[in-house]
Amino acid sequence: MKAIGIILAGGNSKRMKELTYKRAVPAMPMAGTYRAIDFVLTNMANSHVQKVAVLTQYNARSLNEHLSSSKWWDFGRKQGGLFVYHPTITPVNTDWYRGTIDAIYQNIHYLKESHEPYVVIANGDGIYKLNFNKVLDYHIQKRADITMVTTTLRDWEDSSRFGQVILDEDGKVIGFEEKPMVEATREVNCGIYIIRRRLLIELIESCVAEDRYDFVRDIIIRYRNLKSIYAYHLDAYWSNISSVTSYFKTNMDFLNADVRQAFFKDDDRTLTKVNDFPPAKYNPGSHVRNSLVASGSILNGTVEDSVIFKKSFIGSNCVIRNSIILNDVYIGDNTVIENCIVESHNTIYANSSYIGDPGNIRIVQESNKRYII
Amino acid sequence: MSMMKKEMIAMLLAGGQGSRLGVLTAHMAKPAVSFGGKYRIIDFPLSNCINSGVDTVGVMTQYQPLRLNTHIGIGIAWDLDRNRGGVTILSPYERQSNTDWYTGTANAIYQNIGYIDGFDPEYVLILGGDHIYKMDYELMLNFHKANHADITMAAMPVPIEEASRFGVLITDPSNGRILEFEEKPAHPRSNLASMGIYIFNWKVLREALIANKDVPSLDFGKHVIPYCHEKGDRVFCYEYNSYWKDVGTLSSYWEANMELIDLVPVFNLYEEYWQIYTNGSSMAPQYIAKDAHVDRCIIGEGCEIYGTVTNSVIGSEVIIEEGAVVNNSIIMDNTVIKAGARVEKAIIAEDCVIGRNCVLGDGEYRESTYNKKVYNSDLVTIGEKTVVPDNVSIGKNTALLGVTTPEDYPNGRLESGDAIIKAGEVE
Repeated sequence: MKAIGIILAGGNSKRMKELTYKRAVPAMPMAGTYRAIDFVLTNMANSHVQKVAVLTQYNARSLNEHLSSSKWWDFGRKQGGLFVYHPTITPVNTDWYRGTIDAIYQNIHYLKESHEPYVVIANGDGIYKLNFNKVLDYHIQKRADITMVTTTLRDWEDSSRFGQVILDEDGKVIGFEEKPMVEATREVNCGIYIIRRRLLIELIESCVAEDRYDFVRDIIIRYRNLKSIYAYHLDAYWSNISSVTSYFKTNMDFLNADVRQAFFKDDDRTLTKVNDFPPAKYNPGSHVRNSLVASGSILNGTVEDSVIFKKSFIGSNCVIRNSIILNDVYIGDNTVIENCIVESHNTIYANSSYIGDPGNIRIVQESNKRYII
Repeated sequence: MSMMKKEMIAMLLAGGQGSRLGVLTAHMAKPAVSFGGKYRIIDFPLSNCINSGVDTVGVMTQYQPLRLNTHIGIGIAWDLDRNRGGVTILSPYERQSNTDWYTGTANAIYQNIGYIDGFDPEYVLILGGDHIYKMDYELMLNFHKANHADITMAAMPVPIEEASRFGVLITDPSNGRILEFEEKPAHPRSNLASMGIYIFNWKVLREALIANKDVPSLDFGKHVIPYCHEKGDRVFCYEYNSYWKDVGTLSSYWEANMELIDLVPVFNLYEEYWQIYTNGSSMAPQYIAKDAHVDRCIIGEGCEIYGTVTNSVIGSEVIIEEGAVVNNSIIMDNTVIKAGARVEKAIIAEDCVIGRNCVLGDGEYRESTYNKKVYNSDLVTIGEKTVVPDNVSIGKNTALLGVTTPEDYPNGRLESGDAIIKAGEVE
């Protein structure tokens, strides 16, 4: 592909509550065996983008560990590759990334030293499948300066946390409301852009010269009448996980066969770092229904309508319902968990009970010591 | 070629067919056969190597090497992709004179003296590719060094009545030095069975290989070890007492898989300090449907289970449709068990399709009309890429290979003891 990639993975979100105490949103475990950033990395790899920069800032340890090798996404090569850029102190800069524009500006050498004509910019918390070549074809066909990917929000989603995009009949952006109090439209910005590399450098440098640092506010909104900005409508599964509700529902979406087919089975399936956990083990007394189970897990109890991540242990007589158990959780015998997200590496003692509400999912974070295993 | 000195390198003999696994090895060498819902047999010695600090492994292939070659690749899965050393596939090659297949275990090493010399090793570890075990070869090397041995042979106590199947070691109990060595004796005088795992001082082995290079089918147990022993080399026995399972027959292969299901398995894959690595392409979680029933199983990545699965080992990306019942069976990667099929005590290899409402493993045991030496249990054994049409029933002790059609089943039935082997378009 004639483009390089930039993944904005700085990500904290207050809407994720305690879940981002441990890691940035793009490093959130997803669908049993993945992390959120795998989905955009897979899209980059499957679109034959050969060179990708991941810009991180907030709580990046988990993300760095996940990206410690680029081979899983096929970026481990002599030409191109995967680059992770953190804010760094230089003779001329001592700032953290002051916004999305600043994150790109502080790494502008990456743009200047590349030769590809286009840049794909995407955030690290979207769950979707998209061939960026199609977006680029559209971009060229429309002679756009910037193309942004948009989609129609599903009914349950709260539009007030998205940028809402008003389009003319040709798909050109004529209005843009960033996270408005009153809903303007259900067509929202997915946070994926294609732009000419030289134009991006020019826009970034002129914004920074005016102390403007936010890509949406200072480029998309400010330039929308000056530059030709088009929307590529994504008519397929798309979800942004940056709220507890959305994170929970997005995981549960994988209980649908067509979602699993798209992300797990098709040839352009999602790629992730490979772990060498043994197959999941179902011991006598386990009753698992309508659930996803990842490898390395050992199950002895009842699990219904849930997602069990890697290397979990579910004790005898446990009942897990409508819940997400993140990786490496030990749950002692006779414990009941309903409508919860249990944080990773947790130890839940036997005979305990955690009950959330279907409309208000409870996050379980214990600091118990683990004596067993 | 610049010298890359390594203290010890491993040479892994993976060329054998494993003919007693029947249709399972029709298109792949035994070390490439799947095991435990995730692995291939060769993963165990390869993982043992890297876990023991042996980072240079020559894998000698000969019989049907394609699956083995693709599985090993450049060794990424085992961290054996190295700038210096790593894993190298060594197949027989043409030379100016005496071009030969690998005619015996030691002959295969003889033909690769050049590869070994390239690392100038002090020691060479000789391994087979057909056992399930976890072993720290470094401990064995320490034992070898402490005894100033020329050769150390790993051996394991076996029931005396089984000892005649092995090379048997008679040792000096005071120091473990081997006094006598008997290859498959009729009346064994010891129960210490050679595991086919040797550490040689490379100088000693190199000399022995060259001295015996013209012996037909040059073999470690039959020729090299006796030669060195008679010459007076210091040959020691390293006794090993943990899990070591031969999976060379269909029954032993089935049993070894089933042992993994036990509540606390004798061979525990869930231990963290000695992981077994493998090259798997699937990473997805498995889905257990609303009306599925899963009990006493291990299930691999990306499976979709809608039916009933009990007491079984299921590989990755397997689909078990609504109403299908799988019991006491091994199902390997990418196989589909269609709705309503009943599968009892079967080994079904990769990429198979078992038709709707089929019944497998039905009826009374009958002696094999196809190959008694290989097929002599209740097992239904189905080779890779086999298709079984809808609504047929298949008896016990049967074998299938290839795309079968209803015409292959008189009255919709394959009787116990019979086999259907379709000649494929490609051999």
